[in-house]
Amino acid sequence: MFARHDRLKSSYDIVIIGGGGHGLAAAYYLARDHGIRDIAVLEKSYLGSGNTGRNTTIIRSNYLTPEGVQFYDESLRLWRDLSQDFDLNLFYSTRGHFTLAHTDAAMRTMRWRAEVNKHYGIASEAVDSQAVREAMPMMDITCGGHAPVLGALYHAPGAIARHDAVAWGYGRGADRRGAEIHQHTEVVAIELEDRGSGPCVAAVITNRGRIATRKVLCAVAGHTPRLLAMVGLRSPIYVHPLQAMVSEPIKPWLDPIVVSASLHVYVSQSARGELVMGASLDPYELHSSRSTLDFAESLAGHMLELFPFLSDVKVNRQWAGMADMTPDFAPIMGLTPVGGFYVDSGWGTWGFKATPVCGKTMSHTVASNEAHPLIRGFSFDRFARYALTGEKGAASVGH
Amino acid sequence: MKLMTCPINGPRVISEFAYGGEVRSMPDPEKADDAAWADYVFNHNSLPAVKAEWWCHTPSGVWFIAERDTATDTILRTSLYAIWRGQGQAVS
Ligand SMILES: Cc1cc2nc3c(=O)[nH]c(=O)nc-3n(C[C@H](O)[C@H](O)[C@H](O)COP(=O)(O)OP(=O)(O)OC[C@H]3O[C@@H](n4cnc5c(N)ncnc54)[C@H](O)[C@@H]3O)c2cc1C
Repeated sequence: MFARHDRLKSSYDIVIIGGGGHGLAAAYYLARDHGIRDIAVLEKSYLGSGNTGRNTTIIRSNYLTPEGVQFYDESLRLWRDLSQDFDLNLFYSTRGHFTLAHTDAAMRTMRWRAEVNKHYGIASEAVDSQAVREAMPMMDITCGGHAPVLGALYHAPGAIARHDAVAWGYGRGADRRGAEIHQHTEVVAIELEDRGSGPCVAAVITNRGRIATRKVLCAVAGHTPRLLAMVGLRSPIYVHPLQAMVSEPIKPWLDPIVVSASLHVYVSQSARGELVMGASLDPYELHSSRSTLDFAESLAGHMLELFPFLSDVKVNRQWAGMADMTPDFAPIMGLTPVGGFYVDSGWGTWGFKATPVCGKTMSHTVASNEAHPLIRGFSFDRFARYALTGEKGAASVGH
Repeated sequence: MKLMTCPINGPRVISEFAYGGEVRSMPDPEKADDAAWADYVFNHNSLPAVKAEWWCHTPSGVWFIAERDTATDTILRTSLYAIWRGQGQAVS
């Protein structure tokens, strides 16, 4: 699928650290839209081995802040024509997305989100429990009597896609246009120099040798604090694991994607018939992708409150990824105080859906050394300016 | 089941505990400039390491210090704050 490059060159115009969807998408748009081909994407393991290959692939744009809504809506638009662009089936499947409300307060939030969304032309509406029942007759709408579903926020464009194919598609597109992809190549240090305007990137040191470069894009998700430390930067990012699990394949019965923040559950049924399930973020810092029985037990319990008929269905696998969280649940993107060092980070539990628009906006930012207008609300320095973005629409449940 | 040892109540399952973040000292709010205050409020040392952290045993409300390796989730030691400070631990 990709050209294999036996050796690294001694220099590149741009080095991208991280061969997940975000890094590969940036390489693709740099080559396609900006005509920059002297690019190396460095991945310490294999492509998509990070959160890209571990996520539950929910794609939606029903966020709460104007910055968020516009940004994710642009991503949704880009998603739709990618399969053609790549000539690769991404199994992009529009399902509709229900965020359940079990309390009056949650119902109020759903109406608020629906209004913000509609204002920006995004298809979201608050619906009553009858509409939820009709869309999902298999659901126990009373949740065993103690958390009855009062209604939901319904977002028709909600979708799922095949995560590996996204990494491969962007990788192949970048590779064909001349960018080099180097797997099993880990960045271990970054050299800085001062050319008169403060610290700037001079080179990256890898386990396969030194590469001179003046521009580095860091797209390493849960590893971001380690890369920032290499250039002497601190950030508000904190790293907690996010876990997920998948059932054995069963007959198709669940068309939409369902989320319940109160019950800490979200679920969709894949094209193979598996139920792909997740819950909330692990409660404490950990730089490891271990799984726990606590997680599987509590998620299974909550799944059965919504769908009691699943009690005989087996869980096939569980896994975790390291989520790079921020205090305002918005990403950290763009320029940094270190010249030529750009970040695409803070994507935590919700960055898969943003893969195309991150590639688009970061390629513009790296090529022009100026933050793309769509990411100005996500700047690295917003915390020092006490100007947080406050994306509560992402907050409740992890995805 | 992962266990943690509360200095008062002994070993308990980890789900009985709440995480309170790394132990840090607060800069003097009267003297710190905006940048130093923002650094304290927002920034974290998010590198994997052995860290001293605040934890609370929620059923009994006991706050204490756990020294934990955030790369492996190994809990090395737990102690009440006064005892931990008495051992001359520096707050970073
Ligand atoms: C369980 C789970 C469920 C999720 N569900 C959803 C969802 O439903 N919807 C959604 O939108 N988002 C979801 N997310 C979030 C989403 O997966 C991520 O935000 C997104 O995939 C991040 O992509 P990325 O390319 O930035 O990072 P990654 O895919 O993690 O890629 C970063 C890469 O950098 C590499 N790397 C790290 N350090 C170095 C180094 N020093 N040198 C070289 N390479 C390095 C890593 O090996 C990795 O491959 C979920 C995440 C998890 C963990």
